[in-house]
Amino acid sequence: MARNPNGNADQPPVGAGEERLDRRRFLKQGAALAGATAAAGATAAQSGGDLPWLHVPGQPFSAYGQPSSHERYTARRIGANRAVAGNGVSFTPLEDLDGTITPNGLHFERHHNGVPQIDPAQHRLVVHGRVRQALSFDVKSLLRYPMRSQMLFIECGGNSNAGWHAEPIQRPAGSVHGLVSCAEWTGVPLSFLLDEAGVDQEASWVIAEGADAGAMNMSIPLGKMREDCLIGLYQNGERLRPENGYPMRLIVPGWEGVLHVKWLQRLEVADQPVMSRNETSKYTELLPSGKARQFTFTMDCKSLITSPSHGQTLRQPDVYQISGLAWSGHGRITRVEVSVDNGRQWTDAVLQSPALPRCFTRFRLPWRWDGKPAVLKSRATDEAGNMQPERAALIAERGRAGYFHYHAIVAWAVEDDGLVSHTY
Amino acid sequence: MDWFRILISAAVATTLLNGCAAPLAQRVEAPKLGVPVAADGLAAQTLNVFPDGRGLPPGQGSVKEGAPLFLRHCAACHGRDGRGGTAEELTGASRPLDHPAADKTIGSYWPFATTLFDFIRRAKPMTAPGTLNADEVYALSAWLLHANGLIAADAVMDAARLAAVRMPNREGFIRVEAP
Repeated sequence: MARNPNGNADQPPVGAGEERLDRRRFLKQGAALAGATAAAGATAAQSGGDLPWLHVPGQPFSAYGQPSSHERYTARRIGANRAVAGNGVSFTPLEDLDGTITPNGLHFERHHNGVPQIDPAQHRLVVHGRVRQALSFDVKSLLRYPMRSQMLFIECGGNSNAGWHAEPIQRPAGSVHGLVSCAEWTGVPLSFLLDEAGVDQEASWVIAEGADAGAMNMSIPLGKMREDCLIGLYQNGERLRPENGYPMRLIVPGWEGVLHVKWLQRLEVADQPVMSRNETSKYTELLPSGKARQFTFTMDCKSLITSPSHGQTLRQPDVYQISGLAWSGHGRITRVEVSVDNGRQWTDAVLQSPALPRCFTRFRLPWRWDGKPAVLKSRATDEAGNMQPERAALIAERGRAGYFHYHAIVAWAVEDDGLVSHTY
Repeated sequence: MDWFRILISAAVATTLLNGCAAPLAQRVEAPKLGVPVAADGLAAQTLNVFPDGRGLPPGQGSVKEGAPLFLRHCAACHGRDGRGGTAEELTGASRPLDHPAADKTIGSYWPFATTLFDFIRRAKPMTAPGTLNADEVYALSAWLLHANGLIAADAVMDAARLAAVRMPNREGFIRVEAP
């Protein structure tokens, strides 16, 4: 894959020893060119002819709105087990979206044995184990509790795992990195239910269980449950979708997706983890030493450029908006830097505000492509001081057999014909 | 001057009120709508099986009884000998865990034998999870442990014996964020 050793010819290094490009100059030039492009677009629209929707009545009202038929290809991409259709994933098409909120119909999925169709009237959440009094809650009761709303990303521990492969995978950004989505989750703080049941002194874990075919179970430290976990009931304002846990799921801010147990039906308070299949055999990361990391809960500081990205084409040398997403389970994103020369020089991107903790943060930076090969990268930093590592550094630390928790810098190569592909 | 003082006082009062708002909000009273459940009711239906054997039900099953159950319920995806198919390998590890392409089988990777019972009972077979009885789950656990060279061909598993199996990779995990 050809790379440009000199970087972007329009933005040469500012001076010897100067590591950073001048963002103001970068933006100023971008704004001037963007104005010229907009003027050209207006001329094209005026010559569009007589448009039929100006003369016939439109469609009637709809009870539940759907996207334009012209956007029908903005869809989740499904990767399922060929023997068991309900075991697999569907990816959020990150490169087709903008802003920070994932529409509910496009939120990524990871199901272990399909999506149960649960009648809420028959669903119960049982809190038991090391408590003073075991309790059962129905959905209507939980809807009466005080609630909290929080904008949060959820990321599967296995997201981006193709990054461990020896060769860069050639798939759209969302089809590799789209096991992460971001929504406003509303629900009941778990601390209310734990207090009501009365947790024993020696308890330290809670084992959550779903009501899916397989009753998936995961152990979560009691301290985290008390601190900020929710019984999620609403997603982006509406009740959860079945594929996201209807009628209720666990929300575990900033921690790996598998802990956000969907179709939540049981919380067993315990003095130890249950050591379920999904916290021993899976969702653990084998290191080169032969030891494995276990209970790696917090999703690391991460970012990627969603535009331009794999499969897109820059039609001609012009100004383009570099745009992407950053997130960290450790807190707020404080900085995203962008490089167009494979990481030699970095420029601060503009972060969309507010940059909320454990939430997608959109970053943008106008870039004038000169028609020469370029390698685009983004690098995120969070408020805890974590900086997203280069791939080589991550592999040096973890090896390549860990499968989970890949969060290295993503690189897109722009060829001289404008085609964008994945590169290392 | 008086008006100025009043404004200042109002500002201070507002600040104080705002300052109090957060802790008050955190003390919002929740209704107590949980319905007590008996220890032998819904709470007893837990499927969780802990490493010390807590949660294992009465019953038993042998390696010999497990062999036909594996062929019937598991082999279609995991292969006749458990070495993998459309689903992952369960037996037959040859490359050690420090190999770049390590085999992560039950015998080479799983830290606890009790996990077998917990997972098989709740999740297997995938076409009809939760339909195997306790004896069948013990028998399948026994066959898988034997196929991994961990127990003898004539072994029988029950609650006490399964919890007593020492898995080779018992100490192979670093608990990164566990309390």
